Amino acid sequence: MRRHGFTPSALIETLHTAQEAFGYLDDPTLSYVARSLRIPLSEAYGVATFYSLFRMKPEGEHTCVVCMGTACYIKGAQKLLAAVKETTGCQPGETTSDKKVSVLTARCLGACGIAPAAIFDGQVAGNVAPAEVKARIEEWTGDER
Amino acid sequence: MSDEKRPAVGHAGSGAKTGAIDSVEELQEVAERELAKQAEAKKRVFVCMGTACQSCKSDKLLAALSAEVKARGLDGDYQVTAGGCQGNCAEAPLVTVQPEGEMYHFVSPDDASAVVDSLAGGASLERLQCDSQSPFFTGQKRVVTELRGLLNPEKIEDYIAVGGYAALFETLGKLTPEEVIEQIMKSGLRGRGGAGYPVGLKWDMVAQAEGAQKYVICNADEGDPGAFMNRSVLEDYPYRVIEGMTIAAYAVGASQGYVYVRAEYPLAVKRVQNAIRMAQRNGLLGNDICDTSFSFNLEVRLGAGAFVCGEETALIASIEGKRGQPRPRPPFPAASGLWGCPTLINNVETYTNIVPIMRNGAAWFSAIGTEKSKGTKTFALSGRVKHTGLVEVPLGTPLREIIFNIGGGVPEGHEFKAVQTGGPAGGTIPAAHLDMNVDYESLVKVGSFMGSGGIIVMDDTSCMVDIAKFFMEFCMSESCGKCIPCRVGTAQMHQLLDQITKGEATLDTLATLEDLCDVVANTSLCGLGQGAPNPVLSTLRFFRDEYMAHIVDKTCPAGVCTIGNHETGR
Repeated sequence: MRRHGFTPSALIETLHTAQEAFGYLDDPTLSYVARSLRIPLSEAYGVATFYSLFRMKPEGEHTCVVCMGTACYIKGAQKLLAAVKETTGCQPGETTSDKKVSVLTARCLGACGIAPAAIFDGQVAGNVAPAEVKARIEEWTGDER
Repeated sequence: MSDEKRPAVGHAGSGAKTGAIDSVEELQEVAERELAKQAEAKKRVFVCMGTACQSCKSDKLLAALSAEVKARGLDGDYQVTAGGCQGNCAEAPLVTVQPEGEMYHFVSPDDASAVVDSLAGGASLERLQCDSQSPFFTGQKRVVTELRGLLNPEKIEDYIAVGGYAALFETLGKLTPEEVIEQIMKSGLRGRGGAGYPVGLKWDMVAQAEGAQKYVICNADEGDPGAFMNRSVLEDYPYRVIEGMTIAAYAVGASQGYVYVRAEYPLAVKRVQNAIRMAQRNGLLGNDICDTSFSFNLEVRLGAGAFVCGEETALIASIEGKRGQPRPRPPFPAASGLWGCPTLINNVETYTNIVPIMRNGAAWFSAIGTEKSKGTKTFALSGRVKHTGLVEVPLGTPLREIIFNIGGGVPEGHEFKAVQTGGPAGGTIPAAHLDMNVDYESLVKVGSFMGSGGIIVMDDTSCMVDIAKFFMEFCMSESCGKCIPCRVGTAQMHQLLDQITKGEATLDTLATLEDLCDVVANTSLCGLGQGAPNPVLSTLRFFRDEYMAHIVDKTCPAGVCTIGNHETGR
């Protein structure tokens, strides 16, 4: 916050930083940010919920993001997502009950040249097949203890 | 040219900046030093470090190649460096060898020693060789991507060595702001963000606007699914975008600028931030640039996943730290934008075109393209086409040429059906219009529009009603909710389309849908709502039979929608 000079316009940057540090934005974080930047909590909450990149719930240990952009959609992203749903039993935006894997969808990763694309723990992977997704997720869930 | 309009040369404190490049001579010195260093090596090996190639482990490949070269004691002969995108992302990762221009594709880190073997004159690597004379490369004309990835995007010296920043020195040293704007106007450059507004006029409006403080913004919130040109340009040529913005700031009289990048592009963000730092260190951003009284500071602002923020007033709200909701125009940002000050907003590609125009002249630029659409345009070619990737062609190039010659057509065994341009607010163009020229006006004529430049090819495996529903779902979830036609209208249209894909619709449904399209298009506040019905209208125009098949015959010709079942096939 200091880097952005405690100005109200730094709200989005600050929320990015907070999310990076804590993984998600909970109520105490939001009220702290709002108080420090001298803006109403409602406004901070409004901004945090408006932008889809901000999370209000903690994420699982691993994340799997399936790109649902047009190019990926045409090349079978829905099959990827179906495979992810089947393996994890989660809808997009949910986390498995053991807090291992979070499933998310993205608008477009800009990796349309290698569609369909997905991100596994921050690593973009291209030309992904449903079986590969399944294997990656089972690898995550399998290595518990 | 009147001297008082130019920034004063030899401004106070000019010598105080350490390491700053203050004169053309110093710039040339840096360029020569870098060129000499490059000339020491027999060959330069570029490994693409774009998002697509990195996802195919090009970072590991770069490390493996460097290690291999070093292990053989050849690091003096062969410079292995990070490079930019060659465009053919479908064949990632890519390696290019200069000066021969040889290209290798699908190179895995395990191939490192074989590649070094062939560099040293050993057996040529036929299995990895990529034909750089194929139509994919020869069919293109590169202006925005003229450096074709053959420079390290992280090093400012690389950019200066190929003539970077010469245009800025030339402009600041010899031209008044009015003369810069005149050049841009003469070039006929139009905004590359979609609408195609003449850039010179926009600059002039901001320059004329009253106000002590003015801002320059680069719109890099490339939200259209299926478009990645801006990502690629920012990743590969961040210095060029910054140089273009600096010239723009000089022309309109701004001292502060922002690059608004979507957070989904972490690599582009990193590259731009690095480039800004390097430019500052070399005195090419900040106070007293090029030893004149002109000052310009640049900052990066991150988006947070909201498509609507590509709309200029929403983008401004987002930079101000608010929810990205558009407001009615006028007043246009040129009169009252960021914090109520006159603000210039242009797209990444628009700024990238500035440097070549200033360097080669307006006449050179306006000789490319068609009468009303000048210059080249980058397109992100994707979907069911053989050579997916980034291509650049003169405006006015026939669509068939882009898809079938450069793109190589649809994969064998399938039939071309349609091509989608302009993102979620664009339209689908059927095979019958393949011979049309791609320029701003022609696209509007067939019910689509330029958008930022995504070209998504579809074949017989895609159902057009399903595609329309896909885009409607997109607009519905991305609607900011401020105006009712968009918020409620898109949801209703999505529901109607859903009924059609499930085979639950009647002809009345279709009539209601068409009515709604009209209402939403005409009454929405911003481009998102106004454009939302476009995918429906254009698929209805060209593929009405598919709608009819769903409604009357209760079948999906492409076999995508599962009719008679509440679970759709997707």
